[in-house]
Amino acid sequence: MPKITYIEQNGTEHVVDAEAGVSVMEAAVKNMVPGIDADCGGACACATCHVYVDAAWLEKAGKKENMEESMLDFAYEPKDNSRLSCQITMSDALDGLIVRLPEFQG
Amino acid sequence: MTHHILIIGAGQAGLQAAISLRQAGFDGPVTLIGAEDTLPYQRPPLSKAYLKGEMALDRLLLRPDAFFQSQNITLRLNSVVEGIDRASQTVTLVGGETLSYHKLLIATGAPPRRLPLEGADASNVYYLRTLKDSDKLRNILEVDGRIVIVGAGYIGLEVAAVARAAGRDVTVLEMADRVLSRMVGNTVSNFFQNLHRGHGVDLRLGAQLCGFTNKGGRVVAARLGDGEEIPCAAVLVGIGAAPDQGLAVDAGLKVENGIWVDESARTEDPAIWAAGDISNFPSPFYGCRFRLESVPNAIEQGKTAGLTMAGKEHIYDALPWFWSDQYDVKLQTVGCLPPADSANRHEIVRGDAARAPLSVWTFVGDELRSVDAINEPAAFLMGKRLIAARTKIDAKKLADPATELKSLM
Repeated sequence: MPKITYIEQNGTEHVVDAEAGVSVMEAAVKNMVPGIDADCGGACACATCHVYVDAAWLEKAGKKENMEESMLDFAYEPKDNSRLSCQITMSDALDGLIVRLPEFQG
Repeated sequence: MTHHILIIGAGQAGLQAAISLRQAGFDGPVTLIGAEDTLPYQRPPLSKAYLKGEMALDRLLLRPDAFFQSQNITLRLNSVVEGIDRASQTVTLVGGETLSYHKLLIATGAPPRRLPLEGADASNVYYLRTLKDSDKLRNILEVDGRIVIVGAGYIGLEVAAVARAAGRDVTVLEMADRVLSRMVGNTVSNFFQNLHRGHGVDLRLGAQLCGFTNKGGRVVAARLGDGEEIPCAAVLVGIGAAPDQGLAVDAGLKVENGIWVDESARTEDPAIWAAGDISNFPSPFYGCRFRLESVPNAIEQGKTAGLTMAGKEHIYDALPWFWSDQYDVKLQTVGCLPPADSANRHEIVRGDAARAPLSVWTFVGDELRSVDAINEPAAFLMGKRLIAARTKIDAKKLADPATELKSLM
């Protein structure tokens, strides 16, 4: 199963095995990674699953749709590598993915 | 048993309270009692992605089985509470078993209102609240024949969209003169009326449903006040929900359109809390009481209840927000729509009121009260910030399409 590493603001790392097909948000919630609220459960409606994707993985993580892009624009401290983790679907190509968590969810 | 925390209702509020108890460091026993036989799951997809068959059951679950073991949360599924005895601090389950509590959370939610019409107990009249309801409904989407939907609220309209996508003929009957009349203003209602009619829904506003014609225990037609009969293969009823407050009434708690709680989700009994769809709570921000049926309310108030039960005083003061997905349209609403008869209520529409993306900003005087964003998440998120900060907004500037939303902060 592809692995994801989530890194909290304080440096704490959480390495999680994620099934292909689930989102980076779902893998976090199911494995008790703190800092991803995901209030809407993955409907791209709340912008509370914001992560920063490690530069090496940015391209592989796929493109942002317009809806995601404009939600991120209003997230807490958005950066160029910001994504909504509910919109990144895990696959073998993303085995080893590293994402960092923001200080707050907006 | 000392310091046993018992939660009645394994929905989004009850589960969140259990999670927050553990996050707050409470390490005593926690029991979560659920009437259904499934692990706690999210309900919104039941009328959207799950109903469409685009989302598998395991993705609906809020937490995996392993979570409950690792967090030492005892799940009692398939269990219905029959009564609460406040004097002895016990609850009794159907079947007779008694569980004692030190603190109790009631999070039983709000099941659908039943249609009080003759013939409505037929086998092809459906309601939508549970996973099983959604599974049954999905089966009828595969059957030929018209589906009559009673009520043009979120549930009715979301199911209408899924049914149209599945190729079914759909008639929606709404008593009011517009759709979503309890949730949004005229502009947004108009938008959704056109959206559904554009997708081929036979939408009847101001419709009076008088009864059903049944054959062999099944509804074969819906009968309207003007005598028209609409032949159909199935009926979905989505006419709102009513709080499941019988336990609280019997226990003598204050109940008035939900269980009366304070801003920390506590009832007048210091050992009992209530959260989610069932609670009637004061909003410090708005200075009035609400009972809301929404996931964000269940999560935030569940959090407040969990933290406060763990001894960490917490106040629930989040802005209400809602979302709905219909066809390729996402509606996001934040804030509280002021009553239509509020003096000085007015709205500003950004965009073309007939075409998404657009947003509707509703004010009372110069105070922004709610924002409805249609395929325009930026307006939703910006509205959330502006309402929360009580920012005074220049109406002319907002109405000007050239104004960047960010410049309003």
